[in-house]
Amino acid sequence: VTRVAHCAALGGPVVLLVLVGVLGSMGFVDPGREIEFRTALVSVAIVVALYVFVGNSGVVSFGHVSFVAVGAFAAGVMTIPVDLKPTITPGLFSLLARHSLGNIPSLVLAAAVGGVFALLVGIPLMRLSGLAAGIATFAVLGVTHNILGNWEKIGPGALTLTTVPETTDLLQATTGAVAVVVVAFLYQRSRFGRKLRASREDPAAARAAGIDIHRQRLWAFALSGALSGFAGGLFVHLNGTLHVSDVYLELTFLTLAMLVVGGVGSLWGAVVGALAVSALDSFLLDAEGGDVGFVNDLLGKPLWGGSRLVGVAAFMSLVLVLLPAGLTRGREFRLPRIGRLRRAAEGSVT
Amino acid sequence: MTTLAFDTRENVQTLLDALALGSIYGLMAIGIGLVFGVLRLVNFAYGQLIMAGAYALALTNDHSPVISMAVCLATVLVLSLAMELLAFRPLRSASPTTMLVATFAISYLLQNIALVKFGAIGKFAVVLPGLSGFVTVGDLSIRWITLVSIGVGGCAFAALALLLGKTTIGLQMRASAIDPATARLLGIDANRVITVAVLVAGVLAAIVAMILPIAESPLVAPDYGLRETIIVLVGVVVGGIDRLLTATLGGFTMGFAVGALSGFLPASGSWPFTSSVYLDSAVYMLVILVLLVRPEGLFAPARESAVERV
Repeated sequence: VTRVAHCAALGGPVVLLVLVGVLGSMGFVDPGREIEFRTALVSVAIVVALYVFVGNSGVVSFGHVSFVAVGAFAAGVMTIPVDLKPTITPGLFSLLARHSLGNIPSLVLAAAVGGVFALLVGIPLMRLSGLAAGIATFAVLGVTHNILGNWEKIGPGALTLTTVPETTDLLQATTGAVAVVVVAFLYQRSRFGRKLRASREDPAAARAAGIDIHRQRLWAFALSGALSGFAGGLFVHLNGTLHVSDVYLELTFLTLAMLVVGGVGSLWGAVVGALAVSALDSFLLDAEGGDVGFVNDLLGKPLWGGSRLVGVAAFMSLVLVLLPAGLTRGREFRLPRIGRLRRAAEGSVT
Repeated sequence: MTTLAFDTRENVQTLLDALALGSIYGLMAIGIGLVFGVLRLVNFAYGQLIMAGAYALALTNDHSPVISMAVCLATVLVLSLAMELLAFRPLRSASPTTMLVATFAISYLLQNIALVKFGAIGKFAVVLPGLSGFVTVGDLSIRWITLVSIGVGGCAFAALALLLGKTTIGLQMRASAIDPATARLLGIDANRVITVAVLVAGVLAAIVAMILPIAESPLVAPDYGLRETIIVLVGVVVGGIDRLLTATLGGFTMGFAVGALSGFLPASGSWPFTSSVYLDSAVYMLVILVLLVRPEGLFAPARESAVERV
């Protein structure tokens, strides 16, 4: 019975993501709007990567976009053609300037860079908890942003990175998001994940039971950093351009809000939050462009410009104020309408 | 000898500027710390109160300074009250994470409203242009606003000390900050205490909104006050958010450090941390170091370390 519940907890998010991928590829939506589906799937990858640490440990990290940023810049800088590097990133270290990587190796590199960076940062920082941890991780973001935006030996500095191959197609975006979800699921079901979740519920009891909280948080932070780096790789290959401000405050805020809107305590919440906010974002964007029939009919004109920005922020504020536990209330996905089985499973899954 | 004298003068000027920036950040730290004390809520949207006030000034440039400043104060106070009633009150029992992310969302909402309404380019706020002028004291020529910032910072802190120390509502605020449940049992009206704290924080935000366009940039854009708020929030936690005094000192220290470092670091350099473009990195590295050594706050009295509930 518990196996059914666990299969559902993984199956629900995966099926939903595949569905989004298939829907995007069906072509009954405007082909030009496929990018919105890909963006949503990459957002899911980033939010789930964030969830691996924040959801399981209960410690908020405002610094995860640093790992997305280093992954995105690593993958971006290493995939632009060697002969274009002198124009786009003139100051690069010669080792970086003389080599380029293919698509998949660049994603592996992004994950490795993100993971190693998170591990190094985490060794001192994971001793902190509460607000101090939040501010310290934010300080990491500040340092990363500042250095990436100014040091021209490792990237474009204040300039925009361009001509990055746009390899994150719908298949890759879907596969990438599903891969991040599967890793997140396997982790939270593992010995390590369970120990960390125990320490989230009651640090004192967890410590009394012999759990080394610092070490468990560090593993989660490094894994989460690697997944963030990987998602950053997908992100840079999505648009083909990258500026250091693309991976700073706004992305931090958006991804954290997506996670909290969905429900911070569950994988399902991370996926639902990212998709719900992305869907609203795309819908309002299309309505502003006059592409949504019923909005045009209702108003007699396209939605007024700027309603996307205000609408998304208002939606997130409303959900947070009215449903502080999130849309999923921090529960994993469960199969509906098998009441008896579900009730039996309820005791074992929390 | 001349170079030495020149250097000393430069240094004194840098220190005065740093002191002024520290005072402004200290004012913001008091506003954030007051609300945190009674609500246990880190208000990230505090910067948008300053933004709203600065927009109010920019839109009333044509009127007399008194009207302009009154409109600014009224705008900020109304917005503060609206935040308290519509967002903070329903969130009172939510987890600290949710509260913080919710204030993120509100800040983002207000920024986007400003962006849609006033555009990304920004408007100029001109208040009391006389304060941008210089006053000469011996060798030094100091901007009036530097002195005004330091003066206002000192006065505000003194007024607040009186409010908290000598009035009944101040006593109630301190009691609510230490133990809200017991305070309520003893007959303290929580809503009233919180409203007063939010309003006092709003007045401070309005004062900062009046000083900042003269002291820093007069160009008011939707992200006005955001960088300052982030630095002050960091400073408040670094100083010790549990007490108003340590929180204020933390904010002041961040402002002082930013002002002093930007005055002393050279303007260019190719490696990280060698020039003033890496100022933020230097400040944030110091923040991380301080948090690692004193997670409960730089100025907080040491206490027994126990497992914290997170």
